[in-house]
Amino acid sequence: MSLPVNFYPELPAFDIHRALAWVQAEADWIGLRFVQEQTYRRTVRNHLPEDNAITLERGVMAEARVDGHIAYAGTSDLSQQGLVQAARRAAYLARICAPHALFPFTEGHRPPAHGRFVSTRRLGFDRLTLAELTDQLIRASRSLKVSDKIVSTAAEATLVESTVHYVSSSGADIEQQWWLVSSHCAATAQDGTETQQRSLNGPAARCRQAGLEFFDFSALHAECERAGREALELLDAENCPDETLDLILAPDQMLLQIHESIGHPLELDRILGDERNYAGWSFVKPDDFGRLRYGSPLLNVTFDPTVAGEFASYAFDDCGNPATREYLIRDGVLLRGLGSLESQSRLGIAGVANFRSAGWNRAPIDRMANINLEPGTSSLAEMIASVERGVYMQSNRSWSIDDYRNKFQFGCEYARRIEQGRLSDVLKNPNYRGMTVPFWNALKQVGCRDERELFGTPYCGKGEPNQLIRVGHAAPPCLFAGIDVFGGGS
Amino acid sequence: MSFLPETRRLFDDLADTAFSDLKAGEALSLQLSAEDQTYVRFNDSNVRQATAVLQRNLALTFQWAGRQVTFTFDLSGHLDHDRALLRSWLERARREARTLPEDPFAVPLQDHGTSEHEHSGTEPDAAAAVKAIARVTQGTDFTGLLAAGPQVRAVRNSAGLNHWFSTASLWVDYSLFTTNASGDNKAVKGRFWGPAWDEDRFQAVLAADKARLAFLKRPARPIAPGEYRVYFAPAAVAELIAMFSWGALSYRAYRDGNCPLKRLIQDEVGLSEQFTLKENFCLALTPRFNSLGELPPVELMLIEKGQLKNLLVSSRSAKQYGVPSNAADPSGWFGEHLRAPELMAGNLPETEVLNCLGTGLYVGNLHYLNWSDVQAARVTGMTRYACFWVENGEIAAPINDLRFDDSLYRLFGSALEALTRESPIHPAIDTYHCRALGGSKIPGALVGTFRFTL
Repeated sequence: MSLPVNFYPELPAFDIHRALAWVQAEADWIGLRFVQEQTYRRTVRNHLPEDNAITLERGVMAEARVDGHIAYAGTSDLSQQGLVQAARRAAYLARICAPHALFPFTEGHRPPAHGRFVSTRRLGFDRLTLAELTDQLIRASRSLKVSDKIVSTAAEATLVESTVHYVSSSGADIEQQWWLVSSHCAATAQDGTETQQRSLNGPAARCRQAGLEFFDFSALHAECERAGREALELLDAENCPDETLDLILAPDQMLLQIHESIGHPLELDRILGDERNYAGWSFVKPDDFGRLRYGSPLLNVTFDPTVAGEFASYAFDDCGNPATREYLIRDGVLLRGLGSLESQSRLGIAGVANFRSAGWNRAPIDRMANINLEPGTSSLAEMIASVERGVYMQSNRSWSIDDYRNKFQFGCEYARRIEQGRLSDVLKNPNYRGMTVPFWNALKQVGCRDERELFGTPYCGKGEPNQLIRVGHAAPPCLFAGIDVFGGGS
Repeated sequence: MSFLPETRRLFDDLADTAFSDLKAGEALSLQLSAEDQTYVRFNDSNVRQATAVLQRNLALTFQWAGRQVTFTFDLSGHLDHDRALLRSWLERARREARTLPEDPFAVPLQDHGTSEHEHSGTEPDAAAAVKAIARVTQGTDFTGLLAAGPQVRAVRNSAGLNHWFSTASLWVDYSLFTTNASGDNKAVKGRFWGPAWDEDRFQAVLAADKARLAFLKRPARPIAPGEYRVYFAPAAVAELIAMFSWGALSYRAYRDGNCPLKRLIQDEVGLSEQFTLKENFCLALTPRFNSLGELPPVELMLIEKGQLKNLLVSSRSAKQYGVPSNAADPSGWFGEHLRAPELMAGNLPETEVLNCLGTGLYVGNLHYLNWSDVQAARVTGMTRYACFWVENGEIAAPINDLRFDDSLYRLFGSALEALTRESPIHPAIDTYHCRALGGSKIPGALVGTFRFTL
C-alpha cells in the first residue's frame, strides 16, 4: 500500500479540561494552551531528494496570575505531574516578578471566550503519497533547469497540521485547527563571473491555509520553466540604473514593503518599548493615531484575519480575543495599532486581536497576522502605460530597515525597465531605498481587486525570547512616484 | 533528580532501546537539544513578561540503503511514553526509506568518537537575578532579557558515536535608553554573562554603560550620506563577521553559485593582510561536535592575512563534490556556517582608537544586515546604539542612525587600517526555538573609508 504524505505517531489523547482541573488551584487564575503541530518538509535539490523531514511539536504553555501579575511556564511533559509542575512554576515566577511588574493584569486581559475555528481546505494531506510528492518535486526541479547555465535548482514543499486548544479557569475554551502549505522553487544561473537567482515569488512567499489543492503541479512545472528562463535573462541584463524614477512593485514585493514599513512600526508593543532591546522601537508615537498622514489618500491597510485561505487567518488570538477585520490606515491616515488587549490597556489606543505565540514554548506577544493593502482601481497595464520612465520590480531578495522602521533598503530578483509607458529591458540587481512615510505618500496608483495576490511568510522574527511566526500579506501591484532605485556592483 | 541527570538518563535509555531495535542494514543517529530555562523580559527596569521553558527535543536521522530521513519531536521526559513514540517514528522512517529514491550524497553514519562535557556545580539563580536587576536598574530606562538555566546538546549513533555536552549559565542582554538635548532617543547596548549571577559584577558592567550614556545626551550632529572614516567597535564588527555565515564561506554555496566571496575564493581579489579569520573551538563557547556528531578541527584557518585558506565543508558537500570534509555543520538557515569564529586581533590599543580615527564616525553597533549584491559581497544595514561623530580624536556629538551599503572586499580589504589589540568575546544570544550556544571573539576595526547612503 502506498505511503501517504501525512503520518500520525502513537500519542496518548490529551484532555485539556482534565488538565485544567489538575492545576487551577495553583494560582488566582490559570490558563492552559495546548499546541500540537506537525510539519512535513520535503526538499529536492538538483533533482535529488535531500531534506525528508517531519517535525512534531507538542506541549502546553501554562499561564498563572498571582498578585496581579501573569507569568508563563511551558512543558512538553503532559502528565499530571508535569502540568502541575509547570503551573506551579508559572505561579512562582508570577509571584517573584509581581513586585517589579511593568503593569497590573486584570481579568479583562483574558476574556472567557468560547469558539472554534477550522481553516479552509478541500483536499486532505492523505490524498497524496510520499512517492508522488517526491516525484513532483523532482519534476519541478528538472523544469527549473532550462539550460546548462542553470547551475543549481531547488524545489521544496512544506505541509503543516496545527491544533491549538486554549482553556482558562475563568471559562475560556477555544479550539482552532489549521492546515497550512507553502512551496519554494528557485533556479541559479551562472555564466562566467555572472550569477543570478530567480524563484517563484521570492523566498517562501507562496504560503496559504489550504489542503493539497494548493499544489497545481502542471501549472507549477510551467512556472518553474519560466523562472529558469528568467534566471537566464538576468545573466545578460543590465544593472538597474542608479537614479530617481517611478517604481511599480509587484504583489510579491509589496508583501515585504507592507510587512517591514507598515506592519512592524504599528505594533503597539514596539511603540510601548517592549522590543527596544531586540527588534527595535517605532517612529510612530501614540499621538499619531488618528492624525498621521501615513500615506497618500490611496493607501488603505487592514488587519484582516478573516480572509479564507490567507496564511494567518484565525478566529481568536492566544488570549481569547475574538479576531475581526479592522482598518489600520484609511485614506492614508493612521487609525489603529497592532496591539493586543494588554497593549491596548497600557497605551489607551485601539488595537486588534493579535496576541500570538510561535508555539507551546513561547508566550504570546503583539504580532502581525494578515496585514493587507486594500485594492484600488488601476490595472497593472494602466500603471505601466502611465509611466514615462520607471522600473517594475518583482520578488523580494534583500531586506533591511532601521530599528525605528524609517530608513529602508529592499532588493528584488527581477525587474523590467519602463520607457514611454511600455515595459522594455530586463534589469538585474534591482534595489530601492527610502523613508517610510515619504515613500507611502508617494503612492500614486493602486492595483485593482482582480490583480491582488495573497502571499506571506512563515518566518517573521521578533520577541525575547525570539519567536518566528506566520504572517499573510495580500496586495495588488502599486505605483510609487520618484523613488531612489539602484543596481549592483562594488 | 534534577534536569541534567534526568535528561542524560532518558537520552541514554532511548538510544540504547532504539539502537537495539535496528535491523540489518539500518543506521540511526539521535540528536538531543534540551533546556530548562527562565526567560525574563524587562522594559523600563520592570518585568514585562517572564517565561519558564522545560523542553527536550529529539531528532532522529535514519538511514537505509542510501536513503535518509530526519524526524524531530518533543520528549515528555517519561521513558515509557518517549520510547513508544520513538518506536512509532522509527517504523515510519523504515516505510519512508523504502519509498524514497536513493540520496547519493547521504553520508553513512560513522563512529566519530566519544566526548563528554558535564556541567558540575550549581545552576544560576534566576530569581535572585530578577530581584537584583529590578532593584539596581531603578532610575534608568533599562530594557532587556535575562536567560538562565541549564542546556544540553548530545548526539549518539548506532555506529558508536557518543557526544554529550551540558552547561548552565546566564546572560542579561540589555539596552539603556536616554533622551538627548535634541529630544532624540539614544541608547547603549550592554551584556552581562557568566556561570552564575554575580550582583557586584553586574553593577560594575551597568555602571560602565551608564557612563557611556553621558556622551549620548549631547545634541545630535546631522551627518549627510557619503564616505567617512569609521571606527567599528567590536560589537559592530561581530555583526559584519556574522555575514560570513550567510553563505560566504560555505563550500556548497560556492558550488551553487550563491557565494558572496567567490572572487576571493578564485583569487581575483584579496582582503587586507591584517584580516585573519578562523574557527576556534578553544573558545569553549559551544561543543566542538556538530549536529551530526562529527568533530571539526580544534582550529581551522579560513582566511589568513587576507588570503583564503579553507572553506567550510560538510561531510555531505565532501561526498558530493569529492573534496575533504572539515566537519562543518550543514544545519541552519544558510548551511555550512561559522560556529566559533575568531577574527585575530591587531595592534591598535583601544585607548588609541579615537586618536587614530581623528575625524570620522565611531560606530558602536550595527543592525539588520543583508546582502544588497551577493556577487559584489555588498552589505547594507543600519548603525544602532552608541554612534558618534568624532573630531580631532574627541567625541563631538552623537549621530542619528545612518544606512550603509558597501562591499566586504573594500571594508576588510583596501579600507582596513587597523584592528584593535583588545578582542572581546561575544556570546550568542539567539533564542529562536531554544537558547543558542556559541559566540565569537572579535576586535574593533578602523577603516579609512566607508559608504553611507541614507
